[in-house]
Amino acid sequence: MKTLLAQPCRWLLVMGMLCIAHVSVTAQTDIDAIMMSKNNFCIGGMYSSSHWTDYWEGTLKRTNDNLGNVSMNMAGFMGTYGVSGKLNLLVGLPYVQTKASAGTLHGDKGFQDLSLWVKWMPVETHVGNGLLSVYGIGGFSFPVTNYNPDFLPMSIGMHSKNLSLRAMADYQAGHLFATASGTYVVRSNIKIDRTSYYTTELHLTNEVEMPDQSSFNIRAGYRSGRLIAEAIYNQMYTLGGFDITRNNMPFASNRMNASTLGINLKYTLKAISGLSLIGGGETTLAGRNVGQANSLTGGIFYILDFSHKQKKSVPASNQK
Amino acid sequence: MKKIFFSTAILATGIIFLQLSCSKAITGRTDNLPPLNPAKIDLDAGNWKTILLTGPTDFPVAAPTAVNSTAYVAELNEIKSLQQNISDDEQAKISYWGAGSVLRWNELMRQLVAKYNLPPYQNADGTYPFPNANNPFAYPLFPFANPPYAARAYAYVSAAQYDALVAAWYYKKLYNRPAPYKTDPTITARLGATDLPSYPSEDAVLAGVTAEMMKLLFPDEIAFIQQKADEEELAKITAGSATRSDIEAGEALGRLVAQKFTTRARADKAGAAAGTQTDWSNFETVAVARGETPWFSLESPRRPPMLPLFGNVTPFLFDPTITATLRPGPPPSTSSDQMKTETAEIADLVKNPTREHTRIVQFWADGVATYTPPGHWNAIAAEDFITKNFSEVRWARDMALLNMSLMDAAIVCWNTKYFYFNPRPTQMNTAIKTLTGIPNFPAYISGHSTFSGAAATILGYIIPERASAYTDMANEASMSRMYGGIHYRSDCGIGLTTGQKVGAYAVARAKTDGAD
Repeated sequence: MKTLLAQPCRWLLVMGMLCIAHVSVTAQTDIDAIMMSKNNFCIGGMYSSSHWTDYWEGTLKRTNDNLGNVSMNMAGFMGTYGVSGKLNLLVGLPYVQTKASAGTLHGDKGFQDLSLWVKWMPVETHVGNGLLSVYGIGGFSFPVTNYNPDFLPMSIGMHSKNLSLRAMADYQAGHLFATASGTYVVRSNIKIDRTSYYTTELHLTNEVEMPDQSSFNIRAGYRSGRLIAEAIYNQMYTLGGFDITRNNMPFASNRMNASTLGINLKYTLKAISGLSLIGGGETTLAGRNVGQANSLTGGIFYILDFSHKQKKSVPASNQK
Repeated sequence: MKKIFFSTAILATGIIFLQLSCSKAITGRTDNLPPLNPAKIDLDAGNWKTILLTGPTDFPVAAPTAVNSTAYVAELNEIKSLQQNISDDEQAKISYWGAGSVLRWNELMRQLVAKYNLPPYQNADGTYPFPNANNPFAYPLFPFANPPYAARAYAYVSAAQYDALVAAWYYKKLYNRPAPYKTDPTITARLGATDLPSYPSEDAVLAGVTAEMMKLLFPDEIAFIQQKADEEELAKITAGSATRSDIEAGEALGRLVAQKFTTRARADKAGAAAGTQTDWSNFETVAVARGETPWFSLESPRRPPMLPLFGNVTPFLFDPTITATLRPGPPPSTSSDQMKTETAEIADLVKNPTREHTRIVQFWADGVATYTPPGHWNAIAAEDFITKNFSEVRWARDMALLNMSLMDAAIVCWNTKYFYFNPRPTQMNTAIKTLTGIPNFPAYISGHSTFSGAAATILGYIIPERASAYTDMANEASMSRMYGGIHYRSDCGIGLTTGQKVGAYAVARAKTDGAD
């Protein structure tokens, strides 16, 4: 987005983690059409809190008096570097804590998965009255601690190594925009502490086959140099896996699907150049083997300019 | 510069992609075993001491037709025709069953236990439905294969398999019909040759026993098990290990022996083990009268205790009157300083658990939707037995000793639990959050510890060079319940020694059953 070259980093953190299985929180950090300028480094911190009481046991929606309200709180550190205006590198690492309000199960906490992303914008062209840009995005995430993925819903993550490949297109006319993307996530198998487990049959191994996932994401709204306000729809599918059986516990290789709807706001301060604040909320519309999570997110980001240019007094987008 | 960056990125992506996607199919530890090739065929096993049968000839097996008869030649022709075109799928089944029939049936039993080990969901009014053996397909499915149920199921199947094989071995030696490939050299012994006579087929005996036992133990799975039984029998004929009449005689014998065990099972008091509201209330009254805090369910809504009268079930290894004599003395009083100290120890353990502790908890948890602690010990035993190349009859004997120990351990443990009705640590201190689910029955004594003490004792006798390894495993399994926050130290230590006493009965039997 030429008009937004100086935008602070992508601020949206989709709390896709719908959490029966809190899927990796940083798995979708790079899903917006905002690029950092060359040699700009954006750093920031995010906090999000996600809760659910209802969940889907397979396709059956239910509550569980022995869990009550299950919460996942996450504090994440994120950075984006502009190799060029068309190529950005991103890194993120969340610290996650889980808790159940009822029952006796012990929560867990710890650093979860480090994610690295490459975001490339090969196409940016005027179409009609607006600007069309196309992106190719790749991400890799891996667990940085040996947290236990076999204690859902209290586990802090799935412990798989994930490779995400995403294609994304964005169109902006004036201050209105729409972005659509599709993602395929290759997930590695995981190892659990048990030597055997049952899915739809008995497995005599500690290795669990993790089905891949795909998702698509649509977001649209208002975007200027100072303010972004958008609505986001996300649909995630697990390409295989099995349903939680009646009154069973969830398992890492369940077929976890979810569709979520959310809003996000980002405001770049006038008083302090390069500082922006973000906030958002998300709700789960439908799902399978996941919690019906609602989440709130807030964060603060700051751009460090290493470009040796004169510091701009106004965002580049406004100089156009 | 940019070019280098992109090629590197694409290359790295490719490598990661390959790494993640190419090796997804998982292989179980027993998926690709070689054919069982017993070091010793135990030809005299027909003399080994049976469990319920009065002797190997309780169910007569008719003499087979002669190997030069027209009927037998026709049976050999069936094998030859099956061996002409063996598909990959058929070969896979031959290899699967060739690894050992007792092993495979044990694995299938573990699978069924894991599948049915799910606590029923509550009714709308907060009460709980019970599985109904007379209506097994209605929710909640029958059975709820919890640890006592599972221990009993493993024991009945293993004991029946053993008795049936002792009978089979008796007739094998008596009639001495050689394997098909010995009579007709054009038949290939696809699982290797053996000097063990093939009539009646040991594989069909096991298929028949297990299929028959399912009618009682896992009635929803009769069709599934029958399919496996048919698959095994066809695989053994195709492999050249047995003819049709070897198979038919074996299956018939297996089913008859199994009926003796199902008759016992229907009268062993397990059917009444769930108890009634009167029983449940009475435990509480008795504990209060003794001045103790009685156990209550920590589930919401409160669930009736798991199989509270299982302690009255008729054991395999000793007379029912012995059960109470194996029951240990009381736990520390709920009002004692020792109980406070032991509760504080557990609270401290779960406050900030180490990853090594959570690993141990998970490794031994064997909770909901697993094959239970008895199943875990079956897995441990099976994987060691594989390395010993036991004959099928010895496999069955050793599994029967193990599983009778585990069932009787469950009986003594449950008897103890409901005699004292002692609360879990979380009931004494609600701040104790647990690293695994809290089982829905009283704490004293630990089931895991009792099972493990019994299993390690008999397995240490069967494979002496592994005795100290089994003891270490039992100790770790026991400690895992403290690390998990669900048991006190007294539950675990006394559970282990109680289990060892049960295991000693199995060792005493093993020393005199004629197999060693």
